[in-house]
Amino acid sequence: MNIVVCVKQVPDTWAEKKLDPASQTLDRSGDNILNEMDEFAIEAALQLTEAHGGTVTVLSMGPASATDAIRKALSMGADSAVHVQDDALAGSDAPGTSLALAKAVQRIEGFDLVIAGCESSDSRTSVVPAMLAERLELPQLTFVNKIDVDGSALQVRRMTDDGYQVVAASLPAVVSVVEKMNEPRYPSFKGIMAAKKKPVDVLSVADLGLDAGSIGSAGAWTAVADAANRPPRSAGTVVEDDGNGGIALVDFLATGKFV
Amino acid sequence: MAQVLVLVEHTDGAVKKVTLELLTMAKAVGEPAAVFVGSGVDAAADKLAEYGAETIYVADAAELNDFVVAPVAEVLAKLVAEQSPAAVLVAATANGKEILGRLAIKTNSGVLTDATGLSGDGGAVVAEQSIFGGATIVHSKVTTGTPLIAVLPNATPPVAAAAAGNRVAVSVELSAAAKAAKITDRVVEEKGERPELTEAAIVVSGGRGVGSAENMGVVERLADSLGAAVGASRAVVDAGWYPHQSQVGQTGKTVSPQLYIACGISGAIQHRAGMQTSKTIVAVNKDREAPIFDLADYGVVGDLHKVLPQATEEILKRKG
Ligand SMILES: Cc1cc2nc3c(=O)[nH]c(=O)nc-3n(C[C@H](O)[C@H](O)[C@H](O)COP(=O)(O)OP(=O)(O)OC[C@H]3O[C@@H](n4cnc5c(N)ncnc54)[C@H](O)[C@@H]3O)c2cc1C
Repeated sequence: MNIVVCVKQVPDTWAEKKLDPASQTLDRSGDNILNEMDEFAIEAALQLTEAHGGTVTVLSMGPASATDAIRKALSMGADSAVHVQDDALAGSDAPGTSLALAKAVQRIEGFDLVIAGCESSDSRTSVVPAMLAERLELPQLTFVNKIDVDGSALQVRRMTDDGYQVVAASLPAVVSVVEKMNEPRYPSFKGIMAAKKKPVDVLSVADLGLDAGSIGSAGAWTAVADAANRPPRSAGTVVEDDGNGGIALVDFLATGKFV
Repeated sequence: MAQVLVLVEHTDGAVKKVTLELLTMAKAVGEPAAVFVGSGVDAAADKLAEYGAETIYVADAAELNDFVVAPVAEVLAKLVAEQSPAAVLVAATANGKEILGRLAIKTNSGVLTDATGLSGDGGAVVAEQSIFGGATIVHSKVTTGTPLIAVLPNATPPVAAAAAGNRVAVSVELSAAAKAAKITDRVVEEKGERPELTEAAIVVSGGRGVGSAENMGVVERLADSLGAAVGASRAVVDAGWYPHQSQVGQTGKTVSPQLYIACGISGAIQHRAGMQTSKTIVAVNKDREAPIFDLADYGVVGDLHKVLPQATEEILKRKG
């Protein structure tokens, strides 16, 4: 089976994120990494192709620097990559992103499955996999922590607020995975060397048959009016437990009428 | 005044608090109209009217619940086309956001997620959003189509405001595409008597510092003395000490209660992303350097196995 894995380069999770004051878009000038949730998607795809045969194509939309994230995915074992890269894409919102990704997926011949992480750690909207499914008119199986494929039948376990659902569909389909899916492998030295030679197809907006006004800031369906950092919390009181820490805690709760 | 559609979150007609919050918020920008999908509207209707729903759209076909997300998006798309609402509001849960994702593409409309407030600006709806795990506040607008907005639970207190609650049946014929992913089984994990995590006014969470599954009992007992929900860090969920639905954080639930008590939790950025909009934050941790203390309004440096039982006992004593 042939699997497309959508990956995104994001600012390092551990760094403080901020908006660029001029463009009101995410400041990506710091350290960037492969979105951690996408590593679970790559691992899931690799395990599926190890069991059933086939290829894994990494698909990413992002600036030239996103090559690093793509290389990491290739060094984990994906076979090839498609990099949608165009200045016109800057400032895309979720509908724009899903449009470019959907167009790119449609160019990949004979794909059976599109797998994505269930959210990116920067924008955290979780809407792109659903939008992709809608655009591609494919079954949507999201927030999944277990995937079974049998021929063209797909069965997953979808995590919900109060437990889980078992969901069935047939291939091709769009899946998004949660981090309780698997344990992503580390790229081996051999994998890192091999990744350098793997093909990366760079596509522009024109290659996708899109006009520049339909994506990027020009095509965005939402706009930020203003942004401000939340005032930092004023430092609270911290006490050492001297044997009465629990009682001191309840005294504090009582001042807030919680007790 | 244009309608504001509010998708009702309910379990067999038992309406969740977040829906009442959304109805309250809807009034700021239009006339609240509830959209009820599934069975049990008889149990829900009075409550929805009590909190401001002038109209209750009811889509009650058995097959609506058999498929993932897409059928609800089709119901909403139909209503958006028929009613041209000022906005569509859903709870910012994983499910709610995905429904909006599909609805956005169906109706060519922009989506705003994790809204914490709504206001009107000369006919346009402005959403306040909490991004980067609560560190930044932005005001945004939808510039194309109908504003589709996912609102975080606990963003506003529900305010009763009696309204007509006229029921209008909505007939739906699901497209083949909406039936593509079929739910063949549902497993609900026991959660007992405690309030629901995202809805609770008080949340007490345990982290790796709790030490074992059995020890989660000290967290539960403190929670019960306060009538609180129990949360957990990912470390606890990964260790299998507590069910996954209790995970708070970036990849768990976002909670925003009046009071959050973090016990034996270091305060990793991914955990903070799910709780830092809590109104009051309390931490118990034996490490004075733990980053959770940077957020805490009140912190106790100490062993949670001593501090929590003592606090629980003191609370029960004061309650008499
Ligand atoms: C993609 C991704 C997604 C993630 N999503 C989430 C998420 O949604 N939610 C989440 O929580 N994490 C998430 N994490 C994990 C996160 O990075 C941390 O690993 C996790 O939050 C740590 O949990 P903890 O604070 O319980 O454990 P630790 O960091 O190990 O902290 C335990 C704390 O307990 C204290 N302690 C120990 N014993 C005692 C005692 N007897 N009394 C008092 N204090 C004690 C210690 O001092 C320490 O500060 C995610 C990570 C990744 C990579």
